[in-house]
Amino acid sequence: MSKPEFIYTTYIETTPEKLWLALTDGDFTERYWFGHRVASAWEIGSPYKFSKQDKTTIAGKVLTFEPPKRLSYTWDNQKPDLAHERSSRVTFDIEPRGKVVKLTVTHDNLDDGGKTFSDISGGWPMVLASLKSLLETGQPLPPMSSPAA
Amino acid sequence: MDEVFRALADASRRSLLDRLHAKNGQTLNELCDGLAMTRQAVTKHLGILEEANLVTTFRHGREKLHYLNPVPIHQIGERWIRKFERAKLTALSELKRQLEKRDE
Repeated sequence: MSKPEFIYTTYIETTPEKLWLALTDGDFTERYWFGHRVASAWEIGSPYKFSKQDKTTIAGKVLTFEPPKRLSYTWDNQKPDLAHERSSRVTFDIEPRGKVVKLTVTHDNLDDGGKTFSDISGGWPMVLASLKSLLETGQPLPPMSSPAA
Repeated sequence: MDEVFRALADASRRSLLDRLHAKNGQTLNELCDGLAMTRQAVTKHLGILEEANLVTTFRHGREKLHYLNPVPIHQIGERWIRKFERAKLTALSELKRQLEKRDE
């Protein structure tokens, strides 16, 4: 495995099962991922996509599906100016730690200095802070001017 | 949140975060390189940063890599900044509405 470019962690007061649902359910992601819905058959090798207002924003293939512990998928931003960049990979690791759950997001295989690289470095902290807020308070963070991730 | 502020209230620790911000995923040796701190001091500071979840570590073969984790900083920002931004955005959209009305 190559050295990952980004690793983000957050501790959330929730259960691994709820967090798993939050990562894989479109109704859930739409609330904290600033309007982006995820959809997939959720089997290894099956496609998945994020869409906002019926427009696909992120797409890829499911690589690992081990509820409620580990989820990974390839990551292709559908913006036209990012079409030439290679597929990167996102992995979510969920570990119960007493009353909280530790979520680690690893994003690797990114093009060095590519646009995806700079996009996600701002995007993930925003998405994770919103996810934590939704699971702990029932309220996601209000949307920012630019879409996340 | 207290431990985040405590961790940030030290110039040496902030400079370690700066170094990770410039280059993510460094080993202890890389982080010590060119710093006027002892290895022990750097290890101690990294421990405090890790405890506050500002640094995440990752095992890569035999190496332990350190990553900047800005999520807690983002949460602090959300808590106090977002409110003012929202007001600003509302003011801007109101201005736009008023200006457009004048064109009618």
